[in-house]
Amino acid sequence: MPVVAMTVNGKPASADVEARMLLVQFIREQLGLTGTHVGCDTSQCGACVVHVDGRAVKSCTMLATQAEGAEILTIEGLAPDGDLHPVQKAFREHHGLQCGFCTPGMIMTAVDMIRRKPDLDEETVREELEGNICRCTGYHNIVKAILAASQEMR
Amino acid sequence: MYQFNYERPKSLADAEALLAKADDPKLLAGGQTLIPTLKQRLAMPSDVIDIGGLKELDFIRAEGDAIMIGAATKHATVANSADVRKHNPALAALAGGIGDPAVRHMGTLGGSIANNDPAADYPAACLALDAKIHTTKRLIEADEFFKGMFETALQDGEIIREVTFPHPEKAAYMKFRNPASRYAMVGVFVSKGPWGIRVAVTGAGQNGVFRVSEMEEALAKNWSPDAVANVKLPAKGMNADLHGSAEYRAHLVTVMAKRAVAAAG
Repeated sequence: MPVVAMTVNGKPASADVEARMLLVQFIREQLGLTGTHVGCDTSQCGACVVHVDGRAVKSCTMLATQAEGAEILTIEGLAPDGDLHPVQKAFREHHGLQCGFCTPGMIMTAVDMIRRKPDLDEETVREELEGNICRCTGYHNIVKAILAASQEMR
Repeated sequence: MYQFNYERPKSLADAEALLAKADDPKLLAGGQTLIPTLKQRLAMPSDVIDIGGLKELDFIRAEGDAIMIGAATKHATVANSADVRKHNPALAALAGGIGDPAVRHMGTLGGSIANNDPAADYPAACLALDAKIHTTKRLIEADEFFKGMFETALQDGEIIREVTFPHPEKAAYMKFRNPASRYAMVGVFVSKGPWGIRVAVTGAGQNGVFRVSEMEEALAKNWSPDAVANVKLPAKGMNADLHGSAEYRAHLVTVMAKRAVAAAG
């Protein structure tokens, strides 16, 4: 079995894995970081979004071995000292969730989007959320939260 | 997913050697189609050879009157490239409209055209822009490359290195997305350049991407949306499924072609 080694939330992580192990399985099952969710498992819903070398990707559509040597950031790594990230705060403030299942992926997508596009407007946020599905909120408060966080982080 | 051996070659030459040696290998670039395919057990390769990280396949170079893009260049990189945006904004816009942001951070040009999904965007750009596909063995003209649904001219052991896109004078791509999957129900790429005028259609045809010579001739006489408005395509040969009938898709080709010509200016 291939050995895979990467950095997850600043800490080294390595294991012997089956070649077919997905990155999301490595994160959840090997490392026990269950904040990253599996929703559809068909790369549509975005609940599994994590950052690989600073870019948002769907961890259900990447093999663990493809992340060899990479820096991975999961939702757990956003608030390492317990102080919420500005995007997390904004989701709480603006009630950007109901059941919360999509929230880790929404937040990781939002952080990536704000990094790439500091001057967000509503239309851009909605476009950028193309790959993240929420079945509770109708997106309104998610969009509000992301816009508020992007203002805050400017 | 079935079991497979995973290989990460350090160079294109190593990748070729691994391909030659393996029983029933598959190349992995970004994996945005291959991994879902493996998950559904629609493919059972003996070896997955990961060329997605090869630096020698990840580049964008503007030289003379063309842009060369490495096969492992990601959609987001193409969409954000200053060179592509300057010389070929229609291509940058197409790359920026594939899938969603997370897919664009992984998916690659070479992976898209080697897979030749009948609803993929890049095949329309290659065909409409008279692209040259350079492989480890030869140069293949876009006109010769796309052979049908999920079929290309690529042979066993052949790897795409780069694609050369000559600069167009005018070009635009318009797609009508499936409201659920967001794939192109119909996408039309129109262009005018040293190659003349080309109209390439993706999403609609049962055999994948195709050119519409009647529209090309009409645009050669009169480059305007009105020129293509009266060119109706037959429903025969169009995809039909629960999202739309063959007649509907044929109708959309004309609508999208009009919009593309208008957008190209």
